[in-house]
Amino acid sequence: MKKTMAILLALTMMALAFGCTPATPAPPTAPPASPSTPSEEPPKAPEAQGSVYYLNFKPEQDEQWQALAAAYTAETGVPVTVVTAASGTYETTLTSEMAKSEAPTLFQVNGPVGLANWKDYCYDLSGSAVYGELTSDDFALKEGNTVYGIAYVIETYGIIANTALLQKAGYKVADIKNFASLKSIAEDITARKADLGFSAFSSAGMDPSSDWRFKTHLANLPIYYEYKADNIGDTAAIKGTYLDNYKAIWDLYINNSTVSPKELAAKTGNDAVSEFVNNEAVFYQNGTWAYNDVKALGDENLYMIPIYIGAEGEENQGLCTGSENYWCVSKNAPEENIKATLDFMNWVVTSETGTTALANEMGFVCPFKAAKPSANPFVTIASEYIANGKTSVAWCFSTMPSEEWKNGVGSALTAYAAGTGKWDKVVSAFVEGWAAEYNLNRA
Amino acid sequence: MEKATKKYWPLFVLPTLGAFIIGFVIPFAEGIWLSFCKFTTVNNAQWVGFGNYSKIWLDNTFTQAFAFTALFTVVTTILINVLAFAVALLLTRGIRGTNMFRTVFFMPNLIGGIVLGYIWQTLLNSLLMLLEKPLLTLDARYGFWGLVVLMCWQQIGYMMIIYVAGLQNVPLELLEASHIDGATPAQTLFKIKIPMVMPSITICTFLTLTNSFKLFDQNLSLTGGEPAHASEMLALNIYNSFYARAGAQWKGIGQAKAMVFFLLVVIIALIQLRLTRAKEVQQ
Repeated sequence: MKKTMAILLALTMMALAFGCTPATPAPPTAPPASPSTPSEEPPKAPEAQGSVYYLNFKPEQDEQWQALAAAYTAETGVPVTVVTAASGTYETTLTSEMAKSEAPTLFQVNGPVGLANWKDYCYDLSGSAVYGELTSDDFALKEGNTVYGIAYVIETYGIIANTALLQKAGYKVADIKNFASLKSIAEDITARKADLGFSAFSSAGMDPSSDWRFKTHLANLPIYYEYKADNIGDTAAIKGTYLDNYKAIWDLYINNSTVSPKELAAKTGNDAVSEFVNNEAVFYQNGTWAYNDVKALGDENLYMIPIYIGAEGEENQGLCTGSENYWCVSKNAPEENIKATLDFMNWVVTSETGTTALANEMGFVCPFKAAKPSANPFVTIASEYIANGKTSVAWCFSTMPSEEWKNGVGSALTAYAAGTGKWDKVVSAFVEGWAAEYNLNRA
Repeated sequence: MEKATKKYWPLFVLPTLGAFIIGFVIPFAEGIWLSFCKFTTVNNAQWVGFGNYSKIWLDNTFTQAFAFTALFTVVTTILINVLAFAVALLLTRGIRGTNMFRTVFFMPNLIGGIVLGYIWQTLLNSLLMLLEKPLLTLDARYGFWGLVVLMCWQQIGYMMIIYVAGLQNVPLELLEASHIDGATPAQTLFKIKIPMVMPSITICTFLTLTNSFKLFDQNLSLTGGEPAHASEMLALNIYNSFYARAGAQWKGIGQAKAMVFFLLVVIIALIQLRLTRAKEVQQ
C-alpha cells in the first residue's frame, strides 16, 4: 500500500514538473503565444513559403493590424503573425522575442539612437521594393548606402485646442500667433477661471503614462531651435540656448492648468484626456495619434495649434511633424521569411486593402507613393499649415542620447513644478545630462 | 521504509532536480557567462572579458542604489520581524476570532507586488496631498517610507504565520514550569519563548532580508526610482542599465551588476544565517 502511494505521489510530482518545463526550450513550431496572436490558423502553406512575424509597437492600432494580417493571409496564404507589445514595453519585449528561435521578422526602432541597439540585426533594405515606394529618402534610416529602417507613419503633434471653449472665452484660434498671444490668452482664461468654469491647459501629468509629452515632445522644441541656429542635425553636447523658452512654456502649462502644479507628479495621461474631453480645459498637448481619445468633442470643435515657445521667427512655425516609427527587417530570419516579410510590407503600402487600412482604419499618414490621404482631421490641419507656408518642426528627439536622459529631464521638470527643485536642475539635467549620457553610450 | 527510499529515490529527486536545473542552474550559468559578454539578445553574445565589471561604477548610480537598498533592508527586516512576532504573540493567546485575524493579516501577501505598488501609490499620494506635502515621486524620504509601509503591510502576515507555528511548538511544560517558578511575562518571553522560536526567527529574518534586498516590483510601481534615481534599489538599477540606456554594451554591464548583486545577497544572507543559527537551542 505504501509502495503504491509512493509511486503515485512520485508520478504526480513528475507530471507537475514536466507539465511546467516545456515553456523553457521554445517549441520550434508555434509562434509565441500571446493574447494578440490571431486565433485562426492560416491554411497550410506549400513548402519553402515563408511566414511573417510582426512585432507591432502601437497598441492603439493592434486590432487593425490583426485584421490586415488576416486579410493578407486570406489573399496569399502566407501566414502573418502580429504581436503587439504592451504600452511602454516594446524594447523589453523585442529583446526577449529576438532571442527566440521564432523571432520577429519585422520589428521597429525609434530612430538613430534606438537603431544603435539593433543595427546588427537589421537587413539592408536598400534593394527592396518597399524602399522604392518611399516618397523621399528623408524617411529612411540610412548609414552610408545601407538602409536599416523605413519610416512607415508620419505623425504630428502640437497643442490640441477645444475651439468651442476658446470661443466661450472670447477668442478664436487665429488669435494665437506666437508665444506672447498664447500666454496672454491662457493667463486671461486663468484669471476668469471661476466665471468660465474651465482652465487653459489640461494637467501636464508627470506620471510615466504622460511625462513623455513634456520630457520628450516639448523638449524637442528647444532642441529643434538650437539645431536650427547652429545648423546641425545632432550633437554630442547640447548647449541649451533655448532653455529659457522651455521654461517659459513649461511655466505657462503648469500655472494655467486644471490642477495645482504640486499635484502634477501623480497625474496620468488619462487624467489629461478626461479633463479635455469633459470641457475642463481648452488646450491639451498631444498628437495626431490622440484623435480617437478626443473625437467625442466633435471634429468641428477640435483644432491643433503649434507649440510656440517664443523663439524668433515663430510666426512661421508649423506643427511638429516627423516619425519615430521605423520598420526594420530581421536579417537573421530564414531567407524565405525575409522574402515573405518584404512582400508583406510592399503589399501593405501598395495594395488597395493595405493603403486603405493604413489611411482609414489606422488614420496614418504614410510616406509612400501609393498612400491614401488619412481620415484623421488633425492630419488635414497639419497639411493646411504646410499649404499656408508654415515650416514644420522636425522631430529632433530621436537624437536624444537615451531614455535615461529623458528620465533625468522629466524628473527635474516634475520637481520644479512641485517646487521641490529649482530650474537649474532642469538645465543641468538637459545640458550636462546630455553630454554625460552621450559619453556613456560610447562607454 | 528505508529500503523503499533507497529504491525509489530517483523518482522523487529527479523531477525536481530536472526542473531546478532547467529553471535555475542553466540560466544562472548563462548569466555568469553573459556578464563577460557584450550582447543585445542572449543568443548572440560576444566575449569582452572583465570590461563589464570595470564599468559598473561608470554611471554613478550603483553605489547610491546600494546605500538605499541597504538602509531599506535594515529598516524593513527589523520592523517586519518585530511587528510580525508581536502580532503572532497576540494571536496565540486564544482571543476570539483568532483564525479570522490570522487569515486577514495573511491576505495582503496574496496580491502581486506591482498591483500593491500602484494601490499604495494612490493611497499614499492622496494622503500626502491632504497633508500638502510633496508626492511620493518628488521626495525620496517619502518614497523610502512608502516602500517600508508597503513591505510591512505585505510581509507581516506571512512572517506572522511562521511565528505562530513556532510559538505553538513551545512546550507547555516549559511555560508551566516558568510560571510556577514565578517568571514575569517579560522573562517568559525573553528567556523561553524567543530562544524556543529561534529557528522561526532564522527563517523569517532570512526571508525578509533577502526579499527586501531583492525588491523590484514594488519599487518599480510605487516610485519608479524617482526622483532622479534617489529611491532606486539595486534590482531596479540593474533593470534600468539594461533598458534605459542606449548601446549594446549596457546589457553586459547590467549583467555584471547583477552578478555583483548576487554575490552581495549571498554574503549578507550567509552572515545572517550564521548569526541567528548560533542562537538556536535544542529542544
